[in-house]
Amino acid sequence: MFTVVLYVLAIVLLLLSFAKDKVKTKMALKKAWKSFENILPQFIAILIIVGIMLAVVSPEMISRLIGGQSGWIGMLIAAVIGAITLIPGFVAFPLAAALLNSGAGFMQIAVFISTLMMVGIVTIPVEISYFGKKATFLRNSMAFLFSFIVAIVIGVVLK
Amino acid sequence: MRNFIKRYRAALVLLALNIFILIVFPVIGRKSMELTFYNAKEMLMVIPPIFILLGLLDVWVKRETMIKLMGEKSGVTGVVIAFLMGSAAAGPLYAAFPIAGMLLKKGSRLSNVLIFIGAWSTTKIPLLLFEASAMGWKFMVTRFLINLVGIGVIALIIERLLGSEEKAEIYEKAAAAN
Repeated sequence: MFTVVLYVLAIVLLLLSFAKDKVKTKMALKKAWKSFENILPQFIAILIIVGIMLAVVSPEMISRLIGGQSGWIGMLIAAVIGAITLIPGFVAFPLAAALLNSGAGFMQIAVFISTLMMVGIVTIPVEISYFGKKATFLRNSMAFLFSFIVAIVIGVVLK
Repeated sequence: MRNFIKRYRAALVLLALNIFILIVFPVIGRKSMELTFYNAKEMLMVIPPIFILLGLLDVWVKRETMIKLMGEKSGVTGVVIAFLMGSAAAGPLYAAFPIAGMLLKKGSRLSNVLIFIGAWSTTKIPLLLFEASAMGWKFMVTRFLINLVGIGVIALIIERLLGSEEKAEIYEKAAAAN
């Protein structure tokens, strides 16, 4: 649904642009392609890594690792799994709901979801190529720590 | 051709690894290939509009305009725009980096670009809706509110901790990448 909105927006703006200035629009499309082609090798690499990783680390395995556990060890494992893996949101949330049903606490799930979304070990090379080593390291490590704060707040609120 | 191999080196090595896995552990290998194709399809679905918007942004939005909207002196406006842009996104986080590069190239303040990245990573509207239905509204709203604070704080701390040289290097990279 949301993707449709994005498409409509892009198409409408593209048509507007074309009506206003054909040359510029052509330049914009060239630019779009160049930016995409520029990052394509890294995209492909990420897609293959994610494929292999998800094939090895299945949802069942994740739920075995953090499913029944509680406490800080469970949270730490959840955080590390979330940081390393790159699971699309539409897979992650049903997985999180399933984890909840299989006995994982809200805190483990909150930390898992947070590091999953904010920390990207696999995509660090791409991030470095745009932000440099220091900013990338800072962002990922702070996001990792922040995920525990999120979990603690969730744990307090949802008690 | 040599250039092609150099650029796609990592992808080719990983492809070889996947083929190796396919031969030694056929079940895992087949599954990983299926997953790769599935994810590639998902990615290709969201990528065309994102990059078209990126191209249009580059051509139509003047640097001065961008500096006014998201630059050093943009204040709250810049923060809000960065946050809304990131939240209105679709697609994986790594698709956000080229856009971040474009925003930097056009003169956005670094902390605003980091807020954009933060919002893209964790407060995307379509995902929030999904989260609410899977985990409940209370979980989603709590996480959203604390993220609102966390994204801003993380962005400001990173900006503070980077020296002017490191910042200049980031802007140079952005100019070169786009």
